[in-house]
Amino acid sequence: MVLSFLNCTSSQTRHRPLTHSSLSSIHSTGRPLISSAACILPEDKEQKGGGDIAVRTVFFFLPLPTMASAQAMPISVWEKLTEAPEDAILGVTVAYNKDPNPVKLNLGVGAYRTDEGKPLVLEVVRQAEARLVADRSRYKEYLPIVGLAAFNKLSKELAFGADHPAVVANRITTVQGLSGTGSLRVGAEFMGQHYHTPIIYVPVPTWGNHNKIFPKAGLKVQSYRYYDPATRGLNFTGMMEDLKAAPDGAIILLHVCAHNPTGVDPLPEQWDAIRQLIRAKGQFPFFDSAYQGFASGDLDADAYALRSFAADGGELALAQSYAKNMGLYGERVGALSMVCATAAAAKLVEGQLKLVIRPMYSSPPLHGAAIVATVLSEEKLLHDWKAELKGMADRIIEMRHKLYDALLQRGTPGDWTHILKQIGMFTFTGLTKPQVDFMREKYHVYMTGDGRISMAGLSTATVPHLVNAIDDAVRNIA
Amino acid sequence: MVGLYPTIERRAIVIAAFEKEAQSSPLGKKREGGGDLRHLQRFTAAMAATNSSAVFLSAVDRCAAADSPGKRTLLERSHSVRLVGTPVTRRAAVWRKAFGLGSNFLRRTISSLGFAMASAVTEKPPATSKCLWEDVEMAPEDPILGVTLAYNKDTSAVKLNLGVGAYRTEEGKPFVLESVRKAEAILAADRSRNKEYLPITGLAAFNKLSRELILENDCPALVENRVATIQCLSGTGSLRVGADFLAAHYPNAAIYLPDPTWGNHKGIFPASGLCMKKYRYYNSQSRGLDIEGMIKDLKSAPSGSVVLLHGCAHNPTGVDPLPEQWEVIRQVIRDKGHLPFFDCAYQGFASGDLSQDAAAVRSFAGDGGELLIAQSFAKNMGLYGERVGALSVVCRSEVIAKKLESQVKIIIRKMYSSPPIHGASIVTTVLGDKELREEWMSELRGMANRIIQMRKQLYDALILRETPGDWSHILNQIGMFTYSGLNKEQVAVMTRDYHVYMTSNGRISMAGLSPSTVPHLADAIHAAVTGNN
Repeated sequence: MVLSFLNCTSSQTRHRPLTHSSLSSIHSTGRPLISSAACILPEDKEQKGGGDIAVRTVFFFLPLPTMASAQAMPISVWEKLTEAPEDAILGVTVAYNKDPNPVKLNLGVGAYRTDEGKPLVLEVVRQAEARLVADRSRYKEYLPIVGLAAFNKLSKELAFGADHPAVVANRITTVQGLSGTGSLRVGAEFMGQHYHTPIIYVPVPTWGNHNKIFPKAGLKVQSYRYYDPATRGLNFTGMMEDLKAAPDGAIILLHVCAHNPTGVDPLPEQWDAIRQLIRAKGQFPFFDSAYQGFASGDLDADAYALRSFAADGGELALAQSYAKNMGLYGERVGALSMVCATAAAAKLVEGQLKLVIRPMYSSPPLHGAAIVATVLSEEKLLHDWKAELKGMADRIIEMRHKLYDALLQRGTPGDWTHILKQIGMFTFTGLTKPQVDFMREKYHVYMTGDGRISMAGLSTATVPHLVNAIDDAVRNIA
Repeated sequence: MVGLYPTIERRAIVIAAFEKEAQSSPLGKKREGGGDLRHLQRFTAAMAATNSSAVFLSAVDRCAAADSPGKRTLLERSHSVRLVGTPVTRRAAVWRKAFGLGSNFLRRTISSLGFAMASAVTEKPPATSKCLWEDVEMAPEDPILGVTLAYNKDTSAVKLNLGVGAYRTEEGKPFVLESVRKAEAILAADRSRNKEYLPITGLAAFNKLSRELILENDCPALVENRVATIQCLSGTGSLRVGADFLAAHYPNAAIYLPDPTWGNHKGIFPASGLCMKKYRYYNSQSRGLDIEGMIKDLKSAPSGSVVLLHGCAHNPTGVDPLPEQWEVIRQVIRDKGHLPFFDCAYQGFASGDLSQDAAAVRSFAGDGGELLIAQSFAKNMGLYGERVGALSVVCRSEVIAKKLESQVKIIIRKMYSSPPIHGASIVTTVLGDKELREEWMSELRGMANRIIQMRKQLYDALILRETPGDWSHILNQIGMFTYSGLNKEQVAVMTRDYHVYMTSNGRISMAGLSPSTVPHLADAIHAAVTGNN
């Protein structure tokens, strides 16, 4: 037995240490236990405690079959897998949930909270859902690959306006997608396969997941300057320079409104200049619309940039999400719209989009789209929704004011006016990574590493705690 | 294929480039299997009729060899390839990359070079007034889902949709299970519920109940926490996420599919980047399983290949191995160190018994080896449009299962971030409540039995008409479909003259039949087979 132990340390080094439980599973399948269970591999010492050593020692002295007669323990085909890191944004909530401290604040994910700190399901959504569920004439048949037709039509009209020339001319093909992410991915896959210049320019900074989705779809990611840390506003000159230097025909990612993470949006006249340049260079705009209605509280005003691009005769792509503005986060409701030069082209594009979707998930989920279609198609529900949406946007603006006032009152060093100027759900605080880490460790305040806080996660009751944390961090941490 | 090369000019570039290389390139000839090269040759042959201008020479060569730094930069940038040295070495670098990366590289090269060529010739960017997508190919309709589209367009008063495998009642209506309606009502009435994002891996309670359903509660793999289960978008989504994972972490292995198999398998695996091969499965003579052929092919596949297996009620043939045949299959797969990937879309639908229908999967999961399972609730819980399913990976240890799960999350985050909540909540409510679960199981048995009844009735109707041929396979085949044995032409006759819609491989969805429509179908089959109208 001693010999076999020595043998196994050299020749069996590829075998992973067996846990106690997996040893018993081998017993249950009737295969002989091999003495490599007695191997002590270097990795063991980190992973396992002393208890396992005792287990192994026991097995070591049992009358085990010799190596010759034992069946070799097959190696897992996943031997070489490493633990993947937690997603940078979603991992914040994971860490928050693990935190046992009674006083903690989650300002990570952009999910709306009431002033009581509770998630919110919109009243119109509850009403629509109740109606759908009670209607026994409804079925759960597969949707077409492109999704619920009524939903697609209403989404297109919400984004572009029902009487927009591109809508009227039937030049837009809209397919239901899995919220913003899914719509971006399907659009990017299509562009990667069919567009002549598979290079996409994203603003610096941008939503973290953009940089994961586009390469996967075969698009090379480049960037253009966007945020100016000095002014905490838009680096318009830098942006224009970089767009000009970018190749003709490149794809340009644009946030429709309430830029994530900075909350900095171009002014209308700046949007006009951006549009002129992009069109002059034959570049292809790819819009990401996750916050329509959250920027100003007005759905049409928030769509100004998108609609101006769609009206100038050029083509574009739009990924649209209902996660935030209809609070349908987990239902995964969104849409991808391709504005084309002609109705015929739009039809061709639709066919190719189906070829992307069918091998990915066949067809989209019914429930969320049915809720949206119900709300958008009924005057009363539509009206009530707009009011609830404005209510959410207003509460966020109120939190901005409360936070700003509290910081002023505290006398916290620094210029905090950007809290008031930035638009949408987030504030790009300007806090550094060490300050962010400090706030998490000492105050159990959770935010993404770039200093972005979700104002939607703040409440009147929690503002003081956040102010304490920011004040302490800014005064004492670099 | 043609859509990849949008304009005639660009096609010309491809032709010129690859005709030349295909004939003379030593790199091309040496490529193992010559897969890409043969593909190119077939393509160039097919494009030979296209008007190819002599002005556009081998663009790849030209740009690689060119002294124009601009063109080289374009190539380098789009394909991360360093073009250094002499024209010959630069060309070699490009071609090596091309054969390494295959058609994606070529497509992009031609696109970027086509653009470069165009701008070189015209000295200005492509006209913005020209629609970018003008030359995009008209995509063909999906063969399975297209059947329903065609059926819907048909204005005939008497028509029959036997295309998609969606259950229909005796009245020919779609069916929402009572247990599902009850669960949904409970969920909708509960104001304490919210619509927050699920974790990337989905609803934890759903994942637990799903794996316990397919594997049974006391399966050692479950007890030892060796199974990673991730909520996905029904069967398709589970297959795709699993395939993407294999492409990333189990590379160089081909996936072996039964011949024939569900059509969309052949869409999913290439999209993930997996190479597909097939193993013999259906014996059209006997209309049963070609077990010898299957075993031979599994034995001759390289060790460690991925093997796709239908858990039960094989789609489209309805032919399943017997338990003793499954045992042989399992031994061969384990001996060769193959990795089984089960597609389980019909648990409960084949025999009406959930355990019986999961017997094959469970025997694999119980032998200590590893496997993947794509599980769908579309049919057995009638949740088609809600897109509910799960990918389970049975691993050798809990540690590995945890790591594997973390890697699957990476794949999902860039596809759709997290799965939809509604359908999974329904499943959780039904499976988690004793009464609802009982009610569901009884409804499931009801659906399976009705299908079996339709089989008997169709068989009897054909016997009555003395339709030529042996129709006993209608009784022997299992699950929702009958692989009728009718050929494309016969199917076309049935559609044209009787407005009977089915997939062109002769697959009939028995769930779409009812006692009142069986005679019509029998007439249609009779006409198609005898050639009389």
